Amino acid sequence: MSKKEWPLYEVFIRSKSGLSHRHAGSIHAADDQMALDHARDTYTRRSEGVSIWVVRSSQIIASDPAEAAAFFEPAEDKIYRHPTFYEIPDGVENL
Amino acid sequence: MNKDKALLAYTLRLGDNALVLGQRMVELVAAYPELEEELANANFALDYLGQARMFYTYAGELEGKGRGEDDFAFLRDENEYRNFLLLEQPNGHFGDSIAKLVLYESFYLLQLEALVNCADTRIAEIAARAQKEIRYHLRHNSQWLIRLGDGTDESHSKAQGSVDDLWRYTGELFAPDEVDNVFEAEFDGPDLFKIQDEWRSNVAAVLEEATLTKPEDGFMASGGKEGRHTEYFGYMIAEMQYLQRAYPGAEW
Repeated sequence: MSKKEWPLYEVFIRSKSGLSHRHAGSIHAADDQMALDHARDTYTRRSEGVSIWVVRSSQIIASDPAEAAAFFEPAEDKIYRHPTFYEIPDGVENL
Repeated sequence: MNKDKALLAYTLRLGDNALVLGQRMVELVAAYPELEEELANANFALDYLGQARMFYTYAGELEGKGRGEDDFAFLRDENEYRNFLLLEQPNGHFGDSIAKLVLYESFYLLQLEALVNCADTRIAEIAARAQKEIRYHLRHNSQWLIRLGDGTDESHSKAQGSVDDLWRYTGELFAPDEVDNVFEAEFDGPDLFKIQDEWRSNVAAVLEEATLTKPEDGFMASGGKEGRHTEYFGYMIAEMQYLQRAYPGAEW
């Protein structure tokens, strides 16, 4: 039997209306429709979801771990970007 | 045949169809080449076994002799099963299994949709639940038949061979007998002639998309509904019943 692997897909499941889709895992499938079926059969067997997204893993553009320092560290010392940094004056009611 | 007898016989047939097809699918567990399809098949098999349990439990209540689901599933002889011959056919290759499921589920879904509106509340409730399961199965399996038929030359010729081989078992699905007629008249059951028309056009649409040729209607095998089975059936239930026969009453 020839063994050519089917493409990999990433699966995102929304567990109930109003929440956002979360990454659940990945599956192999030959085409998009099959990917949706496989995601359903693999990840929603115990009523985990109300909506499924699948996307080809090769289509995801990911950040490079080697660049993590340049990407993420500059945010670490910018505490003024958090709302808790600011004191609210006593007189302000509707903020 | 009176109303009560027809209801019991009809319920048992529904249970037998679900059990026998479910058992055939169980035989394929751990045999699939892809993990995801393996899971799908096992899920589908369990859907059928779940339906069989509900029909058998109800049949036991209707009969009123204290028999339960296990008695019907494991302690009857070959000629007491009233499933369609199509369902007991061996799994063959992947295309054979898929073709069998598409041909049968195209019928079963229409049957369930009609049963949702029948006059017997329990049957209608079970059908309401089962139709959702089968609608998904049929979608999944139809896509596979289309992929195989419209795939490579080899998959096309194998899929065509599967449909041709199994076609002779489809006539039985639509040949009403006394049980069907009484159930239709007394419980507002499915009209098999109407279902046959819809089945023909639905199946023709899938075959066309799969670039497969619809076989000519020739000799149609029948007998399953009277308990006359094909040679494969005895071996199938021998394996299925082995444990209960060897260790009567065993539970786990």
